Amino acid sequence: MIRDAVVQNTGISSLLPLAVDPLFVGGVGLEEVLIVLVKVAVAFVLLLISVMLIIWFERKLHADMTNRVGPNIAGPFGLFQTLADGLKLTFKEDLIPERGDRFVFRLAPYLTLIPAFLIFTVVPIGGDFDNADGTVTWFGNTTNLQLADPPIGILFVLAMSSMAVYGIMLAGWSSGSKYPLFGSVRATAQMVSYEAALGLSLVAVLIKSGSLSTHDIVAGQADGWNWNLWITGFIPFIVFLIATTAELNRPPFDLVEAEQEIVGGFHTEYSSLRFSLFFLGEYMNVITMSAVMVTLFFGGPDGPIPFFESVGWLWGILWFLVKIVAFCFTFVWFRATLPRFRYDQLMDLGWKLLIPLSLGWLLALAALDVARDKDWNRALVAVICFVVLLTMGALLNAAINAGKRKRLAGEGFD
Amino acid sequence: MTLLDDTTAASTDERVTRRGDDSAVLRIDEANVAMVETVDIDPNADTPMIVNMGPVHPSTHGVLRLVLEMQGEQVLRSKPVIGYLHTGMEKTGEQLSFMQGPTNVTRMDYASPLFNELVFSLATEELLGIEVPPRAQWIRTLMCELNRISSHMLFQATNGMDVGAVSMMLYGNRLREETLRILEKITGLRMNHNYIRPGGVAADLHDGWQEDIGGLLDLLPPLIDEFDELLTGQPIFQERLQGVGAINSAECLALGVTGPILRGSGYAWDLRRDMPYLKYDELDFDVIVGTYGDCFDRYAVRLAEARESIRIVGQCIDKMPPGDYRLQDKKVTPPPRARIDESMEALIHHFKIFTEGFKVPEGEVYVAVESPRGELGCYMVSDGGAHPYRMHIRAPSFVNLQTMPHMMNEALVADVVAIISSVDPVLGEVDR
Repeated sequence: MIRDAVVQNTGISSLLPLAVDPLFVGGVGLEEVLIVLVKVAVAFVLLLISVMLIIWFERKLHADMTNRVGPNIAGPFGLFQTLADGLKLTFKEDLIPERGDRFVFRLAPYLTLIPAFLIFTVVPIGGDFDNADGTVTWFGNTTNLQLADPPIGILFVLAMSSMAVYGIMLAGWSSGSKYPLFGSVRATAQMVSYEAALGLSLVAVLIKSGSLSTHDIVAGQADGWNWNLWITGFIPFIVFLIATTAELNRPPFDLVEAEQEIVGGFHTEYSSLRFSLFFLGEYMNVITMSAVMVTLFFGGPDGPIPFFESVGWLWGILWFLVKIVAFCFTFVWFRATLPRFRYDQLMDLGWKLLIPLSLGWLLALAALDVARDKDWNRALVAVICFVVLLTMGALLNAAINAGKRKRLAGEGFD
Repeated sequence: MTLLDDTTAASTDERVTRRGDDSAVLRIDEANVAMVETVDIDPNADTPMIVNMGPVHPSTHGVLRLVLEMQGEQVLRSKPVIGYLHTGMEKTGEQLSFMQGPTNVTRMDYASPLFNELVFSLATEELLGIEVPPRAQWIRTLMCELNRISSHMLFQATNGMDVGAVSMMLYGNRLREETLRILEKITGLRMNHNYIRPGGVAADLHDGWQEDIGGLLDLLPPLIDEFDELLTGQPIFQERLQGVGAINSAECLALGVTGPILRGSGYAWDLRRDMPYLKYDELDFDVIVGTYGDCFDRYAVRLAEARESIRIVGQCIDKMPPGDYRLQDKKVTPPPRARIDESMEALIHHFKIFTEGFKVPEGEVYVAVESPRGELGCYMVSDGGAHPYRMHIRAPSFVNLQTMPHMMNEALVADVVAIISSVDPVLGEVDR
């Protein structure tokens, strides 16, 4: 891969340990800095505009699913409705609750917004990975179509999505009010437990890709049949999708802000610009996590290039956007169809189903990989894996039921 | 900062922490709930928290206020606080004549206004000792059942919304809207119709009403089936409602609960069948009962009752007799507009009825009908004048509200919302 070549030929890794972009191979000059700045600006603006469009998309689609018209006044097809709402919010009075912790209350919205943006920086949004190595050449400079490609890309994603928990938790706590506190406590429990399922399902991808770099993961999935979706056998993707929905606080896992129960949860006390920052961060998270899912399981910008092969990277961007919109559609669909989970059911689903399932699946995948390396009979290994997983599942189920019986009988645990 | 002196603070604090009785009802008084906020409670102590839910809360169905004593997410005890929508309608009813009464009572249970008008009119008619013509009775039956459909559809909307299925809000309201469209066409108003009056109904059914209602009956069943597809079999929905807020029929009877809550607990009590009024004894319908008395049963009972109502409406269309839509007793009902121009007598009757109203013989009476929420009763005392001496409405929502602390015992916050929704209170009727 290109990075190996870079590392071997230039020893650049010691200079730039975190971002080994082919852009910097020839050293860093004004041109390179300008390109990076342009990329930052483009990524930021693109993300902001897409947030605007996604909110419109969600409202319009949800309206369609419930026999309504949706926004249709501001701009063509109501496209500027989000802009209008955002403007309106900026002119609202900015309230800080008397009993709140003023500093943390002000800090919290940024803690959700900034990680959402940072996750997007490591996602490759375009490039032709089928016929080339996914880089593009502009004005004689070869570069990746992503803001940064740290060798620890996926860990960075995980770290940032964990950071987002702090924003929500601190927002609820610092409001100094009871309903936000409920939201805050729920957020802590929910997001921490789903983070585990998220990480475990992700490890399956990492085993198959053999790299933590998003660029390499995408490069490994070039040509539709190499998508991690098929290679890892659906289960990690399904677990990841459910865990992501929970991470994003999207319905049916929107307990953190459950309007009917705790009146908006963590953002009950927020108003004006700070509220819009939460809103922005939330929808930005939807886009970035969709992008992460596309990167991990759906080959990123991978897709057919029917014509104009010289600008294959543009097709990549197109496919990438199509896949993101498909995920956003799924999230809206969830919201329109599913009732909300209850707190204990949510925990049950996370700890008793998703985590054991992804862990078991991970072990099975690892066993199959070992079998391939050691030339064992893979069919036999698969059968053994299946039997072991079933047994473990049955044992776990028995344990859960025994615990439940004890709890109902009021005996407590030993 | 504390508004209380030390001794009061201690006693309030004690009241919060101590669970002296095993009852599910919180005995702290409403005024002290605000004081609890100001008491300095050690954050490390395992003290229950008092949470105020409502009167301004998205899912308290108006202005119900619940004071919840909570340990984490779990409700230890609770107490419904009512009165935020009290408008003194019963007292107002004493100032209004019997003629004007339905306008007043129709605003009590605003989700099923026709039942209020009906029960008021039935009580007045019983005091008067008159019987309305068959067609009027059939029209009343028809209208009430249409109203029951719209009310139960409103329940489906709010219940779905409260458990987080936001689309149900619009699906339910769409069905309600279709029903209200018919009601509007017949009565002229979507709500607060003032259509059923002492002596009959305000106007005859319009030309082509069979087609209109027939169209509605074709439209509703497939849309109601959508609820089965989207909710009844939905695993999350079932988990959210099954076993939540369970109450058995003995408890229901002890608390005086009626309607879908009582029937959901397995006790088949429906005034339409057990104490028939109007033309219900000539109609063929089933009384729906549940088994477990939980939120899911109440949901299912209401859904099935809406289907039964559709059956009843269909029979009403077939059996609707010709005749007069109101009693032609000039002392009770106003003369037709055309008669006023040609008859001095008619003009006088009209003038008398609309100025001082008609006089009702001395006596007292209690009449009950089965409203979508349970037994809706009207106790009326007349001193022989044109106004009721006393008019009391036995509001089913008010009585049903008593079950809440018992259902919410040991429930989670999310269950509290589901339980409020499944009791389906209309606060206008609770507070009156």
